[in-house]
Amino acid sequence: MNVPDALKYTESHEWIRPDEGGIVTVGITDYAQQEMTELVYVELPDVGQQFSAKDEIAVVESVKSASDIYAPVSGEVVEVNEALADDAAIVNNSPFDDGWLFRLKLSNPSEIDYLMGAEAYTSRIS
Amino acid sequence: MDDLRRSPLHDIHVQLGARMVPFAGWDMPVQYKGIIAENKAVRGKLGVFDISHMGQVFVSSDTADVASAWLDSILTNNVAKLKIGHGQYTLLLNETGGVIDDLIVYRQTDTDYFLVVNASMVEEDVRWMQEKLPASDVVLTNCSDDFAGLAVQGPEAVTAFQSMFDGAGQLPERFCMSTIATDNGDVIICRTGYTGEDGFELFCASATGPRWWQRCIDAGATPAGLGARDSLRLEKCYPLNGNDLAPDRTPLEAGLAFAVDLHKPDFIGRETLIRQKTKGLHRRLVALKQTNKSPPPRPGYVVFSGDEEVGTLSSGGVSPSLGCGISMAYITSGHNKIGTVLEVEIRGKRFPAEVVRKPFI
Repeated sequence: MNVPDALKYTESHEWIRPDEGGIVTVGITDYAQQEMTELVYVELPDVGQQFSAKDEIAVVESVKSASDIYAPVSGEVVEVNEALADDAAIVNNSPFDDGWLFRLKLSNPSEIDYLMGAEAYTSRIS
Repeated sequence: MDDLRRSPLHDIHVQLGARMVPFAGWDMPVQYKGIIAENKAVRGKLGVFDISHMGQVFVSSDTADVASAWLDSILTNNVAKLKIGHGQYTLLLNETGGVIDDLIVYRQTDTDYFLVVNASMVEEDVRWMQEKLPASDVVLTNCSDDFAGLAVQGPEAVTAFQSMFDGAGQLPERFCMSTIATDNGDVIICRTGYTGEDGFELFCASATGPRWWQRCIDAGATPAGLGARDSLRLEKCYPLNGNDLAPDRTPLEAGLAFAVDLHKPDFIGRETLIRQKTKGLHRRLVALKQTNKSPPPRPGYVVFSGDEEVGTLSSGGVSPSLGCGISMAYITSGHNKIGTVLEVEIRGKRFPAEVVRKPFI
């Protein structure tokens, strides 16, 4: 199971990558995409929407079921991965790169400190 | 989880890395490599499903036609019309015409009948039938625990049969059955399935299940799980009991009139069906196809025509063959015509869906 060292993680299997200027990129982990199996639909938030940490922010759907994705931190949506509208399987094939879900402008940067590191997340899923 | 029943093929599924899920009280494989690939293997070539969870019930009488007359009093289709070796799709109804189960009944001889029923309903079916048994001369035996079952489905099923049986027996015609003596014991072969493809269901002694599974694999079959099975049957609009069939839904509402013989003088539930036929149906099970990009339609989602709620999805999902959302829903009469555009509400938003002809493919 791939768990990149440079990322932060949540209990609910989202990953967070801090980028420049108080913006983070968010996706779901390799573990999560394997558990959910083949994804057929991703419902993303609108750019400009505000979310608090742990709000339901997106939905990913496999052939069998729909799973909620939670905002790992509070912030405003500044970009979503439009490519997923045509091919949700990108999330399965490249969960940490091409399969990113959305970018948030942090409203409370210190929230990042409460997220898990790769080591803690690895033991969470093992 | 501990009291889930295990199929005779359980170890094989685990070795193959299947994702196991509880289904009808059994621990069953929902998928091996992936639902979409397994669906396509069955449509394009050949798949094999473990159907050991399904129920097998034998009904017999000492005198010819006694068992068939009794079966005709509790089932909707016409058992008396079956030739030896032939089977038919039929329904077991409650007193108010609602569906207890859908099943296939085969005439083995003039005194012996073989019923294949849904896994989730074995106990209830058997209890119901036992209660209705006449005082003498009809014997009902639930042999569900004795059999392993395999569904071999796909356009290459005939070739696979030949390589699996190597001249030991003939593949029965569509909707027929036969018992074949082999070096692995007697097996019952039924030329039926739940995928809309050519194929057969094989019932063998539980202990020989793993050997027959291996023969299917050797004959070129791809292991396929319940997820693929559900998508295949939905694409063909075959109803799933518990979703599309229920004790408060009649076979006429479900569009199964072809399996109901109202000319029979009597069978349990007939009065309601006669009344529905005379007075008209309030709702019908229709096929809906999402016309725009939409999340997958799923059971329980509500269907609207303008502001009016006109039904609820009983089954739904993304069709691997069509690449779009498909579903079945009980829709209020008047909104069920082919070509009608309705809306399915998904997480507060509405997505257009058209009433289309069954089956989807």
